[in-house]
Amino acid sequence: MARAVPTRTKLGFTILGWLVGFLIFFPILWTVLTSFKTEGTAIATPPQFLFFAWTAENYIEVNARSDYFKHFANSVIISVGSTLLGLLIAIPAAWAMAFSPTKRTKDVLLWMLSTKMLPAVGVLVPIYLLFRDSGLLDTRLGLTVVLTMTNLPIIVWMLYTYFREIPGDILEAARMDGASLAKEIVYVLTPMAVPGIASTLLLNIILAWNEAFWTLNLTAAKAAPLTAFIASYSSPEGLFWAKLSAASTLAIAPILILGWFSQRQLVRGLTFGAVK
Amino acid sequence: MGEIRLDKVHKSFGSTVVIPQIDLDIADNEFVVFVGPSGCGKSTLLRLIAGLEDTTSGKILIDGEDMTARAPAKRGLSMVFQSYALYPHMSVFGNIAFPLKMAGMDKSAIEERVRDAARILNLTDYLERRPGQLSGGQRQRVAIGRAIVREPKAFLFDEPLSNLDAALRGSMRLEISELHHKLQTTMIYVTHDQVEAMTMADKIVVLNAGHIEQVGSPLELYRSPTNLFVAGFIGSPRMNLITGAEAEKLGAVTVGVRPEHLQLSTTEGLWKGKVGIAEHLGSDTFLHVDVDVDGIGQLTVRADGEVGMRHGDSVFVTPVDGRVHKFNQEGDAL
Repeated sequence: MARAVPTRTKLGFTILGWLVGFLIFFPILWTVLTSFKTEGTAIATPPQFLFFAWTAENYIEVNARSDYFKHFANSVIISVGSTLLGLLIAIPAAWAMAFSPTKRTKDVLLWMLSTKMLPAVGVLVPIYLLFRDSGLLDTRLGLTVVLTMTNLPIIVWMLYTYFREIPGDILEAARMDGASLAKEIVYVLTPMAVPGIASTLLLNIILAWNEAFWTLNLTAAKAAPLTAFIASYSSPEGLFWAKLSAASTLAIAPILILGWFSQRQLVRGLTFGAVK
Repeated sequence: MGEIRLDKVHKSFGSTVVIPQIDLDIADNEFVVFVGPSGCGKSTLLRLIAGLEDTTSGKILIDGEDMTARAPAKRGLSMVFQSYALYPHMSVFGNIAFPLKMAGMDKSAIEERVRDAARILNLTDYLERRPGQLSGGQRQRVAIGRAIVREPKAFLFDEPLSNLDAALRGSMRLEISELHHKLQTTMIYVTHDQVEAMTMADKIVVLNAGHIEQVGSPLELYRSPTNLFVAGFIGSPRMNLITGAEAEKLGAVTVGVRPEHLQLSTTEGLWKGKVGIAEHLGSDTFLHVDVDVDGIGQLTVRADGEVGMRHGDSVFVTPVDGRVHKFNQEGDAL
């Protein structure tokens, strides 16, 4: 039976919910608003919220000064590429750990996760040198590889959790029905794991899209994705808030749209296993 | 043909011994039920026969051929799982057709076999549905359909009815028994429910802690259990077990009398007591009688449905001649 909650409590929590939501969303809103201001109004005190002279000049200037679509293409290639490469490695790994675990499986999983606890800057120098010597600096291939590595533990963990939810009985039934290992994977396991694989894919594209540390440190011009595009506007010549905001808005818009359309899948993915 | 022989089969997981050693012969066309409390090794034994677990030692022979190291699909057996284990992303047709597709059969032959199976199991109208859109009983029938299309040497059932409600369980029990008559194929059925065991089996194998306690027809087990475990496990309600002075009077350490073999009288009898709870089922009444004699305690008596006794009434209880089971110190029948 549902508990009876007094209206006042409900109202209180609703207001609190909206407040927290607004607080989280505010920086994005402010960025979008600022991108339509002139540099002058952008730094005006007191800040102007809605009633200012709206202008699109920042967008025009940003596009004129740097090639948005080149950065956009780099971002797409790097984030999608690293996620697909990660899935290719992680699916068999998660599969093995979920369906024929050994005594060490848990340790392996924790060890993988522990690599995420290491501050990235701790390995910056060795990786930078490796990249320099193998000619991977400022290449899309190099970034794809490095982002695959950084996100691999998360991909493996997510897939492992999904695969664990697939009842072993069904796989055994397939075995009884005469399916070889390959057929078992193709006809039974993969179709059942599709929702899990899809949400892993989405989440990792978003993570890779937003990744700034490696993308900023290992690229200069050729392979620079949208993170570098934004960063180029916080330049030594001073801060141009309005242009920076326009660049940021352009950079986050695609992923925001992707996130919006796939939010159901994402929420399901993130709470998978928590609620059956 | 579907003759199965277990020869000194032993199974342990690491240092945990699940099945110390079992020898068992299952004849062709026999309906054998493995019954026992949970954790007795009955499911493991079934999985060993299926090939889903490897034996630690011993041999499994099917139709005289050593299948111990053979892959599950190569043993010619079909299995129905407790959870049904249907493929959720395939239609009923797809589920039933799956083993045939894996066997590389051509499309028209698959279609024919699936339609046949669906007809036998009353699933024709549901062939296009997904398992998620079916009731528990229908899902179970799909699982059975998937098992029968392969025309296996033997069927293995792993507690197939335990996820169903009581009424459905009753009717599925009949359906499976009927299927056995129709298909004339060996069936091995695992359950913890002794009613299922009694009603369906040609032969019951009672298991306890990985050992076979007794093998026999349902009535053999009911009439002459070889030990206390079987005596207590087979029959519902449970056999009344009496120890102490009253048992010694009859020359045994433990004496067992089934509830239906106790006579009630308001005027005379062996043991005097008071009626405690009376459970009226309509056809029968189960009376729980608190006996005044030391060492007996409460006895369950199965009486006529219309018996007019109530809580607190004084009664006499007397075991029927020749229906008293006697056991020694070790719990073996005398």
